[in-house]
Amino acid sequence: MPGAADRAKLPRVEMPKQDPRQRARNFSEVALGFTPELAQTEAGRCLNCRNHPCVDGCPVNVPIPEFIALIVQGDFLGAAQKIKEKNSLPAICGRVCPQESQCEARCVWGKKGKPIAIGGLERFVADWEREHAPQAPPSVPAACESPRRGVRVAVVGSGPAGLTAAADLARLGYSVTVFETLHAPGGVLRYGIPEFRLPKGILDHEIEYLKSLGVAIETDVAVGLTVGLDELHHREGYQAIFVGTGAGLPSLLNIPGENANGVYSANEYLTRVNLMKAYRFPEYATPVRIGHKVAVVGAGNVAMDAARTALRLGADDVCIVYRRSRQEMPARHEEIVNAEEEGIRFHLLSNPVRILAGSDGWVQGMVCQRMELGEPDASGRRRPVPVPGSEFTLDVDLVIVAIGQGPNPILTRHTPGLQLDRHGCIVTDADGRTSLPYVWAGGDIVTGAATVIAAMGAGKRAARAMDAYLCSTVLAGQRAGVSEGRG
Amino acid sequence: MFPILAARLLAPGIHEFVVQAPRVARKARPGHFVVIRVDEKGERIPLTLADWDAEAGTITLVVQEVGYSTRLMGQLAAGDALQDVLGPLGTAPPIEKVGTIIGVGGGVGVAPLYPRIRGYKQAGNRVVAIAGARSRDLLIMVDRLRECSDELHLATDDGSVGHHGFVSQVLEKLLDSGVRPAEVLAIGPVPMMRAVVEVTRPRGIPTTVSLNALMVDGTGMCGGCRVSVGGVTRFTCVDGPEFDGLQVDFAELQQRLQQYRSQEKLAADPAQRKEACRCLEQLTAPSFRG
Ligand SMILES: Cc1cc2nc3c(=O)[nH]c(=O)nc-3n(C[C@H](O)[C@H](O)[C@H](O)COP(=O)(O)OP(=O)(O)OC[C@H]3O[C@@H](n4cnc5c(N)ncnc54)[C@H](O)[C@@H]3O)c2cc1C
Ligand SMILES: Cc1cc2nc3c(=O)[nH]c(=O)nc-3n(C[C@H](O)[C@H](O)[C@H](O)COP(=O)(O)OP(=O)(O)OC[C@H]3O[C@@H](n4cnc5c(N)ncnc54)[C@H](O)[C@@H]3O)c2cc1C
Ligand code: SF4
Ligand code: SF4
Ligand code: FES
Repeated sequence: MPGAADRAKLPRVEMPKQDPRQRARNFSEVALGFTPELAQTEAGRCLNCRNHPCVDGCPVNVPIPEFIALIVQGDFLGAAQKIKEKNSLPAICGRVCPQESQCEARCVWGKKGKPIAIGGLERFVADWEREHAPQAPPSVPAACESPRRGVRVAVVGSGPAGLTAAADLARLGYSVTVFETLHAPGGVLRYGIPEFRLPKGILDHEIEYLKSLGVAIETDVAVGLTVGLDELHHREGYQAIFVGTGAGLPSLLNIPGENANGVYSANEYLTRVNLMKAYRFPEYATPVRIGHKVAVVGAGNVAMDAARTALRLGADDVCIVYRRSRQEMPARHEEIVNAEEEGIRFHLLSNPVRILAGSDGWVQGMVCQRMELGEPDASGRRRPVPVPGSEFTLDVDLVIVAIGQGPNPILTRHTPGLQLDRHGCIVTDADGRTSLPYVWAGGDIVTGAATVIAAMGAGKRAARAMDAYLCSTVLAGQRAGVSEGRG
Repeated sequence: MFPILAARLLAPGIHEFVVQAPRVARKARPGHFVVIRVDEKGERIPLTLADWDAEAGTITLVVQEVGYSTRLMGQLAAGDALQDVLGPLGTAPPIEKVGTIIGVGGGVGVAPLYPRIRGYKQAGNRVVAIAGARSRDLLIMVDRLRECSDELHLATDDGSVGHHGFVSQVLEKLLDSGVRPAEVLAIGPVPMMRAVVEVTRPRGIPTTVSLNALMVDGTGMCGGCRVSVGGVTRFTCVDGPEFDGLQVDFAELQQRLQQYRSQEKLAADPAQRKEACRCLEQLTAPSFRG
């Protein structure tokens, strides 16, 4: 083991990736993962800092130095279990967390520009566990000793928030049912994030694991329409309910021409391709327009995913149109680099003003305006202002709008008494408790569009709070009943 | 899986299915629809509830074969099952006592019209129904319409029964003869609804239409079903499917319905479909274009 001074000289181990030209035309995963050797080399650079700043950067406080030390020792399984004390979906978070602004941003090596590849290592041990050993259920701290079997708990929405809450509640012994509107569980992990970034096999594995814990999943149920929260509680006997319905409402540009044929919201485009498997049309019955020249409006993760998907479907030319500059792009750094390597072009400081359609109703071009950055706005980013007389036309035949999502309104619209903020997000306390006595909520439906790990963390906190509530109400009642019976 | 309990042919290419879907049946109201998938690889398609029985836990769907998915569904029989049924979806506008209602149904649109006018009748309204189709054998659910209307008029394009011509012409005659409905409700193909609105607009009669935009999720998540109503973009699945017909941009709707024309043709033709699937196996990325 080299000393600290020597370790400082070691380069960061970069994860092998598919060649950009090749991967731009297939849907296989881009990043190939560490080999055990690479993982151990990279883990060897970690200083095992006593004050572990990295852990504070992680929204769920994964014990980073500890799990990395286990990798150094070659105990990959132990490392996986260590992570799972805090994060039940490490194979997913290791792939999609914005590490550069979270754990890795705080790593002491970060100052030298080469933080430990925490996400890559997390992914490595989770993949190792999945391939080499059955998942061992990590224990969840319980609020009381009562037997929980037979106490029914419902989870609405099967995104990362719902999946995490369901897993923790099931591990505590509750009878958990997950309700999902779509025909397949997973939320954004299923319909949004593409195969080349998050293979669906990993998600399927997590869902199988959930089922092995006894969790029932009922798809094709839009809670609010198919059945109300009150009915789940009063008629079907769910004693507590977690709501994780996400931010699935697409924002549109509201500019002329937006309803022309060939203008998609990113949600529709990605749903057609990921959930409905339109990339395998006609074997799968859902079609998607491919287009030759594609413009994607926006520069977040959703925009990068849409642009790279368009390329993989066979578009000749794909560009990102964004009204601010490179520094403000909200997507993960790694994915911006990936997109660039694959040949996506960037029209920065440009804002669409109208979409042109031909006489056949199809998109024929998009008129944009140049922007410059003015004073910072409420988000702290410099506000883009139009440059007068700077209009130009992009020659495109497909436009994908990826400028953000609002809270999913189906459940909230149909649940009287559930307090919402002015954006339509559910209002909760720190534990996720809502204004309805038996209802908790977490994830994007509470925070607005955020991250997988934040949604997971919210699911975990709510599960713990729901357990405490059930212990002091239903389970306390049971205990009282039992002791009376004995007496 | 959602078992099919009964299936029968109402007219050439038009099937009626009774499907077990207890959760949907319990909450159904006139005007609601469901999104279904026929099988594992199927697309999600919207179908209006033609009827339901909350006690039995069943819903009734009436489907016209127009393309790949509806034809696939047409091959199903009692004992088979639908892969997915999600619903009830859409806003089901409250039905009140308002006076006289004229319900106009064209083709398979008669099926979704039926529960709506039955609702109006039950609410104590005077109901005039106009049902049309290309020819007599394609006219469906006439007996059921007769049961829940005070007056029933038929029209066929070929004159094989009822008025020789369009339902909109029957409507025009009724209005000219002095009938003054509180509302006209039209459900059918886009050109039919457009024609109805051309009759009612100059006469200032409130007109509701049920739009059949292309859909994916049916829950407001994709925006694929957007339509322009009064110059504002609305999502058909959550804001509709019923809208003020006098405000709808029908030309845009018609155009948006054409978006997958070439793929639909490919999907619906068994020979071409097989060929394309085989090509697909040989490629890493599909090379077809829409
Ligand atoms: C394309 C895309 C790429 C992204 N990339 C990243 C990334 O790289 N890294 C990252 O950290 N984050 C990323 N995000 C954000 C991240 O995916 C979300 O923050 C996260 O999924 C939120 O989880 P959630 O559980 O709150 O909701 P969701 O994942 O949105 O899941 C909500 C689920 O609830 C269901 N639902 C909604 N209403 C109802 C109802 N009434 N009844 C029943 N079910 C209902 C929905 O169908 C859905 O399945 C991305 C998002 C998108 C769209
Ligand atoms: C809210 C709603 C309720 C509906 N209710 C019924 C119903 O009760 N019974 C019924 O038979 N049909 C109904 N439809 C129409 C039905 O959904 C379509 O016929 C079906 O999706 C066509 O699928 P396909 O694969 O068979 O045909 P495709 O191959 O997809 O299309 C074949 C032809 O049908 C047209 N078409 C495709 N989708 C639609 C659509 N959504 N609406 C109208 N035309 C379409 C296409 O433009 C094309 O010309 C409804 C549509 C909506 C939006
Ligand atoms: S969960 Fe995400 S933020 Fe936390 S350590 Fe893992 S990769 Fe970093
Ligand atoms: S800050 Fe970096 S070097 Fe220190 S323990 Fe965390 S990962 Fe290791
Ligand atoms: S069908 Fe997706 S929003 Fe209406």
